[in-house]
Amino acid sequence: MPAIFADLVAPAVPWAAISVVLPLAAALIAALLGRHAHRLAIPTALAGLAVAALATTQVARHGVIEIAVGGWKPPLGIALRLDGLGCAFLLVIALVSAGVMLFARAGFGAAPDGSETRRGYVFWPLLFCTIGGLAAIAVSGDLFNLYVGLELLTVTAVALVGLDGKPAALAAAIRYLLFALLGSLLYLLGTAILYLVHGTLDIRLLAGAASTDGATLTAVALMTAGLMAKAALFPLHGWLPPAHASAPAPASALLSALVVKGPFIIMLRLWFEIAPAIATPFVAQGLGALGAAGILIGSLLALRQHRLKLVIAYSTVAQLGYLLLVFPLAGGSGEQQPWTAGAWTGIIFHAMSHALAKSAMFLAAGAMVEAIGDDQIERLDGIGQHLPIATFAFGLAAVSLMGLPPSGGFTGKYLLLSAAFASGQWWWAVVMIGGGLLAAGYLFRPLSHLLAERHQPGDLVVVARSRQTIALGLAALSILLGLLSLGPYQLLQIGRPGAAAEGLS
Amino acid sequence: MTAPVLYGLCGAALVGIGLYGLVAGADLLRRILGFNVVGSGVFLYFGSLAARHPTLAVDPVPQAMIITGIVVALAGTALAVAIAIRLHDETATTRPPGNAENRDARDLR
Repeated sequence: MPAIFADLVAPAVPWAAISVVLPLAAALIAALLGRHAHRLAIPTALAGLAVAALATTQVARHGVIEIAVGGWKPPLGIALRLDGLGCAFLLVIALVSAGVMLFARAGFGAAPDGSETRRGYVFWPLLFCTIGGLAAIAVSGDLFNLYVGLELLTVTAVALVGLDGKPAALAAAIRYLLFALLGSLLYLLGTAILYLVHGTLDIRLLAGAASTDGATLTAVALMTAGLMAKAALFPLHGWLPPAHASAPAPASALLSALVVKGPFIIMLRLWFEIAPAIATPFVAQGLGALGAAGILIGSLLALRQHRLKLVIAYSTVAQLGYLLLVFPLAGGSGEQQPWTAGAWTGIIFHAMSHALAKSAMFLAAGAMVEAIGDDQIERLDGIGQHLPIATFAFGLAAVSLMGLPPSGGFTGKYLLLSAAFASGQWWWAVVMIGGGLLAAGYLFRPLSHLLAERHQPGDLVVVARSRQTIALGLAALSILLGLLSLGPYQLLQIGRPGAAAEGLS
Repeated sequence: MTAPVLYGLCGAALVGIGLYGLVAGADLLRRILGFNVVGSGVFLYFGSLAARHPTLAVDPVPQAMIITGIVVALAGTALAVAIAIRLHDETATTRPPGNAENRDARDLR
């Protein structure tokens, strides 16, 4: 290994901190650049990928990285901590946001005729701030720091939803904001109670102290309810479909792929690292039941939609339902063969591949909306000939969302299924298989229109092939995640909490 | 009853009142105010935690967090009000979508 590279991945270089600072700095510069902000897209995307790769290499070589910001150690200071889970999240953030930035250059840059809109001015700072909030959630080792990351995410994501300024988009944005603000207050209340009982908010220090007393129980219940509202987990999912369907396509991709995953990462840390002892079988089965209901109801609602973006948004509700199945299914030793790796690893595979596939699908849908002017599924006939690359991307992403091999979605569902059978909880397996079949149902419907012959009058707008290729790239990555699953699998074992191997209940 | 306990109970009461306004309020502005009342309650409760020990000095960490929390609540409120104004300009309604029609029919008279 060259000496320079070894220096770069030594723990002395705080890549975890840089991964947060970089997008926030880009946001500031974008705000100053105004109409030229779209020029930041390519440099920021490349730098983000490089920083995520360097941070991951650092963790792979040196184990969990811990940074005491400003030299102040916990419990007084706030630690940044990067483990395998954080790295996986950082990598997906970098990949998806790079795709989103490259795709958005045409829609939010200067138009070919030189005209400009207000949208371009606000889109780029908001986009970079959202990415900064996501990165902050990936690397924070402190509950209050996580709260700040969550809030940054909420405020910027809501603004992205309402960016079009149409009444429907504004209504969706305010609905999302009210849900999210309620969620953040519940989270903050829980944080206060945890601080009262344990005198610290550092996740690692709390892990040693958390017990099953009533105060901790209340705190975890409040925080879980708040995070479920922010992550749109059933039954608090009502805000998601209108919000994600009315945002501009690149923003939808980021929102659906990543923004709802941030709160879930905090839920994983809360339940598996801080308070694994409070998850009784009753609680775990209850959370799993909510997830199962989310899978079934989200899928059924997706089947009934007539607008492409709403189908994709309801599909997100369904796919997020799988995340809650981690609570009853966790367990299984990571020391053994990968196929007994257990549900904790499986769920992160599922979240990563969903992020890549869903962003690809929203970008492909964005290209289709540009081509026909709206997103009625009936009007999609024959788009497959006009936008072959976007259609192929849609199909590949659908393969991953349905959980067909060899995609990353298959790896995640396979790990979950084997955990379900190994622990004797076959009923979760039934739900997962049913969810996969329903996903095939609601995704084949737009696909059949895409591949049909075009009979409808009207001209189609040309969408540049290079932009369609971005969607294809993200979809291909979600397939590659399944083909090359050993690398991410080993990464996830770094800093894996003990409860992930032993199970919660 | 010591002062911190009283403050804590007041905070809890504010959270309850604000939560009702946030969930059940028919008017957008009322919901935004409800959010602020919940926030104030949480901050008051948080502040009462600072007096952890009757004889020791006050714990500064909750105070630092309250200040951060106030900044966040301010930003959230500003954004909510801005969107509510835009929504009003566009549609001349200040009701959140979905539950607007049936409630508070007396306003229509």
